[in-house]
Amino acid sequence: MAGDAPERAAERARQDFMIGRIARMLDGAGHVAVGSTSPVPAAAALLARRRDPGMRVSLLGSERHNVFTDGNRELFDCAAQGRIDAFFLSGGQIDGQGRINLVGTGAYPGRGSRFPGSFGSAFLYPMVPRVILFREAHGPRTLVDTVDFVSAAPGSPERGDRNAGPHALVTGRAVFGFAQGRFELAALAAGETPEGIATLTGFGFACRTPLERDLADAALGAEIDAVVRADLADDYPAFARRRLGP
Amino acid sequence: MARLVETLEDLVAPIRDGSVVALPPDYSGCAMAAIRALIGRRPRRLHLVGVPSLGFQGDMLIAAGAVAIVEAAAVGLGERGGAPHFERAIREGAIEMRDATCPAIHAGLQATERGVGSMPVAGILGSDLLLHRAADWIVAPDPFTGRPTVQVRAIRPDVALFHAAEADPAGNVWVGVRRELMTMAHASRRTLVTVERIVERDLLADDRTGAGTLPSLYVDAIALAPGGARPLGLRGEYGPDEADLSRYVAEARLAVGRRAA
Repeated sequence: MAGDAPERAAERARQDFMIGRIARMLDGAGHVAVGSTSPVPAAAALLARRRDPGMRVSLLGSERHNVFTDGNRELFDCAAQGRIDAFFLSGGQIDGQGRINLVGTGAYPGRGSRFPGSFGSAFLYPMVPRVILFREAHGPRTLVDTVDFVSAAPGSPERGDRNAGPHALVTGRAVFGFAQGRFELAALAAGETPEGIATLTGFGFACRTPLERDLADAALGAEIDAVVRADLADDYPAFARRRLGP
Repeated sequence: MARLVETLEDLVAPIRDGSVVALPPDYSGCAMAAIRALIGRRPRRLHLVGVPSLGFQGDMLIAAGAVAIVEAAAVGLGERGGAPHFERAIREGAIEMRDATCPAIHAGLQATERGVGSMPVAGILGSDLLLHRAADWIVAPDPFTGRPTVQVRAIRPDVALFHAAEADPAGNVWVGVRRELMTMAHASRRTLVTVERIVERDLLADDRTGAGTLPSLYVDAIALAPGGARPLGLRGEYGPDEADLSRYVAEARLAVGRRAA
C-alpha cells in the first residue's frame, strides 16, 4: 500500500538507529546471547559479529545461531557460569529504576492488559554483566515511572550479582545510559530533541553533555539489510519481509 | 515400556480431567495433531506446564475451555504477537496463572528427576514473581555460601506430550539436542509421544544417535503421526506453515473480539 511507505521508512530509520547503536555497545563482548522475539537485538548482535568475527552470538530458539546441545536450560546455565557477556531485555513497561514488566498491567496477573510473561528475565537480569534494555516504541505508557509488576530487576553487586543496572536503554528515538540508579539521556536519533524525549518519557532522567546525535546513515542501513538477508531471515521471516520486501 | 498405539485418540486417553500436562514451546517438537485429538475429547480443568513457555498449543487448549491452571514462563505466539485466548482468559479471570521464569521451570523438573523436593535457582531475587509464587518458591540461605537463594518446589507432571522425528521398534525416541524433552519425560509419570516415522534400526546401538535418544524406559506410548507438529515446524524435518499460523491468529483475535463485543 502506498500510504504505508512513510511509516515503513520511519520504522526503518528507528531500527537502523537501534541496531547501529546496540551493535557498537557490544564491542569487546566475547559471547552475546539474544532471547526470543527480539529481532532488533538479534540483528545488532549479528551486525557486531560481522564486524568482529571472533564474537560468538547465540539466538535462543534458532537452529542456525545456537551451539547449545543441552536443551533450553543451557542458555541459563551458561549465564550462571558467567559465560554470557551481553543479553537483551524488553518490557511492556520499563521504569526509571531499570526494572521491566513482561507480565501485564492492572491487578496481577494482568487484568488490565496481559503480556506474554517474564521468560528468563528474572534470572538473567542479575546474572549477565551487560544487559541492554530495548523497546522500539518510545512513549509514556511504555517508559513509566514505576512498573505495575516487576518481572526482573537489575542486579545488586552486594548480593554477588554481575551488574548494578542496565548497560543502556535503547528506543527508536534515544539511548539512555544508567548511573547511580537512574537513567541519563545519552544519544538522540535524527530529528529528536531532549524536550521531545522528556514529553514521551514517563520517568525522570538526567542529561549527558554533550548529547550524541545520529544522522540518517544509508550505508548503515545497507549493512543491516545485508545482515538481515544473510543471517536473520530464517529466524525472523516476518521481520525480514517487512524490512526487505517479499 | 513404550507401546505403539494405533490412533491419536488412544495416545491421549491417559490425559484425564485435571491432569497436569507438560508441553514444550513452539520450536521444540509440539504434538499438534495429538493436541487436536485431545481437544476432541473435550478435557476439562487441565493444569498445563510450559517447559518453559507455551505457544499455540496453550492458546488452543485455553480456547477449547480445557484449562484451569497455566504454569509457564510465558504464553505467546512469538513473532506473531500475543496469544489471544490466553490473554482473554487472564483478563476474565477464567484461568489461574502461575507465572514462572524459564530456569525455575527447568529446576522444578530437575528436582523431580533427582527425587528431591526442591532445587535451588540463582537470580530472581528482585522479581515480583516471588510474591505470587510463595507457595512453591521460597528464599533461603544457601547452606554453604549463606547467600539468599530461591528454592523451587519439585514439579511432577502427570503426563508429558511431545512430537519427535523418529522412534525405533523398541520405543526409544530420538530428540536430538532438544534435551528439555528428556527432562520433561524423566520428571513426568507418563510420557506420550508422536513421531514422524518408526525406523527399523536400534537408536541406542550407535552413540551418534544414542546421545540424543530418550530411552523407552521413560516412554509410555507412541503414535505414528507424519507431519504431527504441523502447522508448527519440526527441527530438521519441516518449517512452520506461516499462512496457517497467521490464519489461526487472525481467527483467534476475531473470536476474542466478538466475545468482548
